[in-house]
Amino acid sequence: MYYAVTIATLITMGLALVRALLGPSIYDRLLAANMFGTKTVLFLSVVAFLYGRPDFLDLALVYALINFIGVIAVLEFIRERVDNNGAKKNTGEQNS
Amino acid sequence: MTTVIDILSWVFLTGGGLFVFIGGLGALRMPNLYTRMHAASLTDTMGAVLVLVGIMLQAGLTLATIKLAAILLFLLLTSPTASNALASAAILSGLQPQEGTVRPGGASE
Amino acid sequence: MIIILFGIFLLALTVITALAIVQSESLFAAVILTGIFSLLMAANFFLLDAADVALTEAAIGAGVSTVLFLGALALTGEQERSGSKNRLLALGVVTITTLIVIYATFDKPRFGDPAAPVHQHVGPWYLEKTPELIDIPNAVTAVLASFRGYDTIGEVFVVLTAGIGVLFLLSARTTARPENMQPPKESHQGLRHYLVPRVVGRMLIPFIFLFGLYVQFHGDYGPGGGFQAGAIVAASIILYALLEGEEAALRALPMRVLQWLIAGGALLYGAIGVMGMLLGGNFLDYSVLASDPIAGQHIGIILIELGVGITVTGVLLSVFHAFAARGKV
Repeated sequence: MYYAVTIATLITMGLALVRALLGPSIYDRLLAANMFGTKTVLFLSVVAFLYGRPDFLDLALVYALINFIGVIAVLEFIRERVDNNGAKKNTGEQNS
Repeated sequence: MTTVIDILSWVFLTGGGLFVFIGGLGALRMPNLYTRMHAASLTDTMGAVLVLVGIMLQAGLTLATIKLAAILLFLLLTSPTASNALASAAILSGLQPQEGTVRPGGASE
Repeated sequence: MIIILFGIFLLALTVITALAIVQSESLFAAVILTGIFSLLMAANFFLLDAADVALTEAAIGAGVSTVLFLGALALTGEQERSGSKNRLLALGVVTITTLIVIYATFDKPRFGDPAAPVHQHVGPWYLEKTPELIDIPNAVTAVLASFRGYDTIGEVFVVLTAGIGVLFLLSARTTARPENMQPPKESHQGLRHYLVPRVVGRMLIPFIFLFGLYVQFHGDYGPGGGFQAGAIVAASIILYALLEGEEAALRALPMRVLQWLIAGGALLYGAIGVMGMLLGGNFLDYSVLASDPIAGQHIGIILIELGVGITVTGVLLSVFHAFAARGKV
């Protein structure tokens, strides 16, 4: 039964990657990257359990942290760019 | 007793896997950034809760359960926050929510 | 068997991501895809049972690297400049190199073959002697910190040198000139709309720091160690800098303290080595540090890992501040 969850998670990682490749705006890609990160955390937790090695769960915790910090970093970067340009720049539609 | 725990954890794991897959599908097929965010973030959190609780039931009362509880707590705190921050940033940069949504009555934009 | 299928699927996703990174013209998208690439590589390492490497790849590749790339992106443009016209030469070089590498893989042993050279010489000796000579459960830390201590001191000095090099290149100013400094009110204007991430982030920073310390000292028993812990602690302070502004982070950990951290970690490592010599053994011989050689090994490993962690934290934070300070001018 663990295999079914792992396969579902892997397929979702693939779908998130497609969204990251397709997404017209930067926020679509960021959403896909965030989703990819949480799916990786789930994948690692289940496979660590499958292997029978509970001390690998530290990795899943680190990934959850890193995911969060990465998303906040990108958002701060966008905000700073908007502030520095003075006016509200529509970064959503100009990045491909 | 263990059969009950097994059945319960099987139900949770399958439900979690289903939510995760639906989330991925939603993020791909929805027409707009905000609808995609809705699909991705809700199913993310719910799927993570179900899968991790399912594994915790299988682990019993060991150190692994405490680590899984910590992972669950962290995901519950940070995943909705990240979605909130993303949505705020998108609104502030001017991305309108109305593009590409289907009007009631069937006519799509 | 099915684990190998998972591995193949993840590697296929890696190839697709790499192609997309090369192809995309918006550097912003390329940075986010690089973060995804790093997560995929870490998952691959995890499937190959290499937990320490996976932890390091996640902490440094997906976390701190993304932040540093974004800092660099803030200083340059967002679109890629069009490449040179000489495509044919590049194509030729790449094709020849690929053919050479493929030819070189014909001699590789099969995956998991017990007769492979890597399983023959020092590998089994290290695995056999670790319980007897060092007695810690994590063999990777034993090899890294004790059996191959010279290599690790080289790594720490490489990190130190790289940090010094980056600081030279970016010539970070430790005190901002008054006419260039923005009034702090202005830089916090946008954060008013980001109340939820600020509150949650500030609540989480001490726990991330604590987790970094846990990874540092738990390296003997599970995946962990100095490099990963340094990256996690640096990530927690970078999170504080992102949420509250870079000046607040510089007030919390000023540049002088960071310089002491950078040099102090390497100094600690070298001092342990010299102390081994002063107490009668060789350089970096931990067995003479205590009356019982195994206790000496434990003390030595904990102290040098601490040195590694301190240096890595200092270097990553200095590089981050160097990028961020440059962007404000």
